[in-house]
Amino acid sequence: MGENTTTVTDASFANDVLQSDKTVLVDFWAEWCGPCRMVAPVLEEIASENSDKLIVAKLNVDENPQTAANYGVVSIPTLNVYKGGEVVKQIVGAKPKQALLKDLAEFL
Amino acid sequence: MSSIHDLIIVGSGPAGYTAALYAARAQLSPLMFEGAVTAGGALMNTTDVENFPGFPEGIMGPELMMQMKAQAERFGATLVADDVTSVELDGDIKSVVTGDGTEHRSRAVILAMGSGYRELGIPGEKKLSGHGVSWCATCDGFFFKGQEIAVVGGGDSAVEEATFLTRFADRVYLIHRRDELRASKIMADRAHNDPKITMVWDSAVVEAHGEDKLTGVTLRNLRTETESELAVTGLFVAIGHDPRSELLQGKIKLDDEGYVLVDAPTTRTSAPGVFAAGDLVDHTYRQAITAAGTGCAAALDAERFLADLADES
Repeated sequence: MGENTTTVTDASFANDVLQSDKTVLVDFWAEWCGPCRMVAPVLEEIASENSDKLIVAKLNVDENPQTAANYGVVSIPTLNVYKGGEVVKQIVGAKPKQALLKDLAEFL
Repeated sequence: MSSIHDLIIVGSGPAGYTAALYAARAQLSPLMFEGAVTAGGALMNTTDVENFPGFPEGIMGPELMMQMKAQAERFGATLVADDVTSVELDGDIKSVVTGDGTEHRSRAVILAMGSGYRELGIPGEKKLSGHGVSWCATCDGFFFKGQEIAVVGGGDSAVEEATFLTRFADRVYLIHRRDELRASKIMADRAHNDPKITMVWDSAVVEAHGEDKLTGVTLRNLRTETESELAVTGLFVAIGHDPRSELLQGKIKLDDEGYVLVDAPTTRTSAPGVFAAGDLVDHTYRQAITAAGTGCAAALDAERFLADLADES
């Protein structure tokens, strides 16, 4: 796991994501997902460059199927942005950094 | 302005990595742009590759790509995980601009951008993409445990996906336009013998239904022109690929379907010093091993081209 992102689980999701004061981007991912692996370093960069505004959290869907199911995630990588406990943005699929920054502009 | 490289390679995958390996061993110090999230190419979305020689037990697609990448790097290729946004291929010095806006220049270029998956182009497809409509069975199959899903297509990829998806789903409908599979015999037999796979012949998917997630699809039987509904929660699209040649429109000669035309058996394109390899060129074979083969040929062609340049000056 990268040093700029945090790990969340089914157990910690409510506390770390839904009750967070900061905006949280959750990366739903798994080991066996090629595109997830390719987008991971991009998310590390975005996390390190925007640490004052955004928490980037990784949720392994293999180990935490409940949260993925609760949010209807059926395709990974899915990036959900949570603000005040609500999903305010959803990005499905791996994208280059410039495209992700554009999608996330309102939170950065 | 940056210095002028001997060789820039655009795109990764078996063709690009093999070209980088050969060019690096020929001391050309190749600079490769792998793609920001497409590095490794189509094989990154596959599971077992059973037909790449040298791996009798098979190898995972992403693992094979990591090994090829490591082999190219071992001999000094510079690999950059960025996208190319424009190219200029005329004249003696070629120019390649990357996603961060930097211009890179070289005397020779190898194009190996591969292909991208084809979409169905039906109502509901875009809206439900990521909500039941998927192009990556290895990524998304996990979410369909115990469910009924469909795969569209009749080639090796479609059959491979259908077979893979039976690990999760209770029932996989394989929907194909014809009444027999285009897939290789070993793959087709595997589908026919799988009790979880149900063939739906002579049929096309004409609409995907659902609000927040996929609830079903409309099928049209192409022989009888009758339509029917199939309740599925997943639709995996595997109807083929198109060459990723958008950047090359008007720059070098392409055929009617967008594939790069080369002076076969060489890899020379219509622009001197520009070579092309892999699925970007290949209508016919489209295998990891054939892509690697043409990647090798492109590196050797580029090496000869650069040697001739040096002789002239």
